[in-house]
Amino acid sequence: MKSRRLFKDNLARSIMWFSAIFCILLVILIGFALFQRSRYILAMKSLADLFFLDSWHPLKGEFGFFPFIMGTLWVTCTAVIISVPLSFLTAIYLSEYAPRMIREWAKPAIDLLAGIPSVIYGVWGILVIVPLTKNYIAPFFGRHSSGYTVFAAGVVLAVMIFPVIIHVSIEVFRSVSFELREASWALGATKWQTIKHVVVRKALPGIIAANVLGFSRAFGETMAVLMVAGNVPKAPSSILDPAYPLPALIANNYGEMLSIPLYDSALLMAALVLFIVVLFFSILSRFALVRVERSSE
Amino acid sequence: MESTSHITVQNLNVYYGDNHALKDITINIPDKQITAIIGPSGCGKTTLLRAFNRLIDTVDGVRITGKVLVDGEDIFDPRADVTMVRKKMGLLSQRPYPLPMSIFDNVAYGPKIHGIRKKKVLEEIVEHHLKMASLWEEVRDRLHEPASRLSIGQQQRLCLARGLAVEPEFILADEPTSALDPKSSLYIENRFRELRSQFSIILVTHILRQARRLADYIVFLYLGELIEHGPVNEIFENPREERTREYIRGVIS
Repeated sequence: MKSRRLFKDNLARSIMWFSAIFCILLVILIGFALFQRSRYILAMKSLADLFFLDSWHPLKGEFGFFPFIMGTLWVTCTAVIISVPLSFLTAIYLSEYAPRMIREWAKPAIDLLAGIPSVIYGVWGILVIVPLTKNYIAPFFGRHSSGYTVFAAGVVLAVMIFPVIIHVSIEVFRSVSFELREASWALGATKWQTIKHVVVRKALPGIIAANVLGFSRAFGETMAVLMVAGNVPKAPSSILDPAYPLPALIANNYGEMLSIPLYDSALLMAALVLFIVVLFFSILSRFALVRVERSSE
Repeated sequence: MESTSHITVQNLNVYYGDNHALKDITINIPDKQITAIIGPSGCGKTTLLRAFNRLIDTVDGVRITGKVLVDGEDIFDPRADVTMVRKKMGLLSQRPYPLPMSIFDNVAYGPKIHGIRKKKVLEEIVEHHLKMASLWEEVRDRLHEPASRLSIGQQQRLCLARGLAVEPEFILADEPTSALDPKSSLYIENRFRELRSQFSIILVTHILRQARRLADYIVFLYLGELIEHGPVNEIFENPREERTREYIRGVIS
């Protein structure tokens, strides 16, 4: 009887151990597989060519990722510029000012936004943001545009990463101890002075981490961006130009025209770049958040 | 002895939701003395203290009736400026909570938020109040280090200096030595003895001996009611109420 209990205990432990290891291994395996497949193109082309050549002509054997990297950066940065201030102010309101009732309703509502499939955001982008850009925003700047632009993609992406940043930011603000706010109030500081000088100051590393997390989300987001960015393989020079981000490149082309030499390898190389960047930023923000949690104890 | 009163409490009731935390408190807090509020845990000591600087406002679901007059003005009047009420009250809490900034900026924080900008003036304020809290000698060479690097005892004296720097009329101390070692506690107690000539100090404490050594006036609360108040000798040697006598003898707690 006793040995059976112990056996079960050990079994449970090993199953969970294997599951955990499997998940970690998966990340490493994906990275390794991507690297294996992109070795062909790495052997043929120099890294400088791949990253900085402004020419994507697979049929001619030219695989310059520059337009796509720039497309990704333009779209991601637009999204971050829009969402950082908005989510910062929203998080402050919900954490510091909102009555408990509003906070308890708003938090799950915002979390719900994070669960909406990205294709729906894409459709919303096509139906609302693209026409808005085409009919009002581009003409306002004296430009002609189809509406499928860096701007449209940036707005859609901003709305998508909004909930993630707000969620983490609220947690970070709440981790600042109440007594610290009291210490400031007791000196006659107003609520705003307390937030500005004490709460934000204490929370800043965590807030930066929250935004980095949002950034890495935006960097890798595929579907919604692909639907509204325009997908023209040319580096954008303004936010009213179309863009072709890396994830869209992979999603649009992988599985087609793979008879072209090195095409397959080039796309997986793009995937590898994406994988490394997103992994890097995710790990960075996790580390920062763990440190914030420790310091607030 | 002249005994004017800066703080007058009239029929103060505090409710946290359904919990009637303070029941019809009426009392004059004597000026320029150390008043100790004593009583068992949960009797409303801290609530009463936090009513004086309106920190209880920040509790969800709190309801307050009655008046607290500070310098003749009702601080719970909707027209009262809560920041000016709090500026009159230096708070020393159970544990030190240094602000996330340097030692210098912790002390300069209060004067700064009240509009003092000149660096020279701020430097004088910081030095003066760190001396008052007898911390100056220990930190004069590292004023720009983060305050979190100080020991707990030093942090508590820093919080005292920070509270004094806004030039309050009162010091509200909520069990200020409960997180400190005996030596640091003694430091704080000695500071209070020196400060009593300039400030009215209101001290919440669960240590009866501390109340006895330090206080001039005792306020005894029990289950939200004001049972008895009077000069320290009267309360400790000749209490009028049975419950006071029992609490002091350690029968009830």
